[in-house]
Amino acid sequence: MDARHDRLVEELAGRLEPVRPLPRPAWRAALWLGAALLLGAALASRLAMIGLEGRGGTADIWLSACGAALTAVTAAYAAFATSVPGRSPRWALLPAPALALWVSGSGLGCLRMWFAASPPADDGHGLVSCFSFLVCVSIPLSLLMVAMLRRACPLRPNLTAALAGLAVAGAAAALLVPFHPHDASLSDILIHCVVVAGVIGLNALAGGRLLSRAAG
Amino acid sequence: MAESSARPGTGASASIMAHSIAFGGTLPVRPMIRPLAASPPSALEGRAREARTQTGMALEGDLAGLMAAAQRGDAASYRALLKACLPVVAGIARAQGVRGDAVDDVVQDTLMTVHHARASYDPTRPFLPWLRAITQRRAIDRLRRTARRPQEVYDPLAYEAEVDPTPAPNAGLEARERDAALARAVAALPDGQRQAVEHLGLRELSLDETAALTGRTKGALKVNLHRALKALRTNLMRGEE
Repeated sequence: MDARHDRLVEELAGRLEPVRPLPRPAWRAALWLGAALLLGAALASRLAMIGLEGRGGTADIWLSACGAALTAVTAAYAAFATSVPGRSPRWALLPAPALALWVSGSGLGCLRMWFAASPPADDGHGLVSCFSFLVCVSIPLSLLMVAMLRRACPLRPNLTAALAGLAVAGAAAALLVPFHPHDASLSDILIHCVVVAGVIGLNALAGGRLLSRAAG
Repeated sequence: MAESSARPGTGASASIMAHSIAFGGTLPVRPMIRPLAASPPSALEGRAREARTQTGMALEGDLAGLMAAAQRGDAASYRALLKACLPVVAGIARAQGVRGDAVDDVVQDTLMTVHHARASYDPTRPFLPWLRAITQRRAIDRLRRTARRPQEVYDPLAYEAEVDPTPAPNAGLEARERDAALARAVAALPDGQRQAVEHLGLRELSLDETAALTGRTKGALKVNLHRALKALRTNLMRGEE
């Protein structure tokens, strides 16, 4: 059996090529977040930022936006950290406080609109545009994230892919705030929850399989 | 490239082999069972533990240096690194519960993963936790595959030779026909042979009892029984044909 190992060692050493060590997870997360910001800037140049007009002073909107952005940052770092062998899987708990902030901020906004004297009427066009915005932002960010994660060796591909999905969902929700036409209503919250769950689930399913192949 | 990589590939590989022998592949294995009552360590134990720690740190540094050189493309360092990893990986796999030939499979899988994932190693971080994580995952994958596989023994000869303990569907009919044929053949024998077969063979009486019943001598009964069996065998075989 030693001969079998020796043959494999010789074969691997024979086809060795120089590789550049991957940057640290913080740098890779910063790179991905920079790409997300570039995407947001591109959207701002094309779409009207009607979301901040007249409701920029509402606390729960900023709470929700900060929670979503922090979730994106922490989940992205956790995804890149868990993609490296030897890093603790407990990094997956890092986005939990930010996720709680995001959920509570969204819930507060929904409650505020529930008790408002004249809640705005939801039109189908607004919901569809909101849904399509989240999906259109999530797809390129997911593809970029999976492509970057595949360069590493995620030994827990499903966990890493789920964290990637959470980061993508948080970034998409944070980018949506300046373009959202009205305050968060119950239907908005439901749409957001469905899209976020879908993004995380699809990333965990498809991304997990892609990453498991990358891990050999 | 060759000059920069030759440094860790020469002296380090020799020291690594010595470390590997010293550790016997048990360095990265965490103890499975801790002692219930920890006694205070003696001075000798303390020195031994300190020596192991220093040796482990030296091994860690050597392996990290070899891996960094391998990332730069030094094949000699990479070869030394992989060979030094063999006992370490096998020890980790055994600690995970892998047994027998599967340990070698885990070693092979781990070496392949190390090769594919060598860019994910950060030279500024320790090497052994990186290697341990990969090995543990490959060992778990192997254990899962083994658990999923149905435990069947493939032995076609034993399957064909298996005897069905239950009676065949026509067993009763065949037995009845065989009894009837035997009764007809016995009835067709001469009186002396028929009596010998009935008393000695079918009723299982002794020679003395049969002699008393039939009034024949024991020698005559033996001769009659012998001739009767010979005649029955001939008649029944002829009937089967």
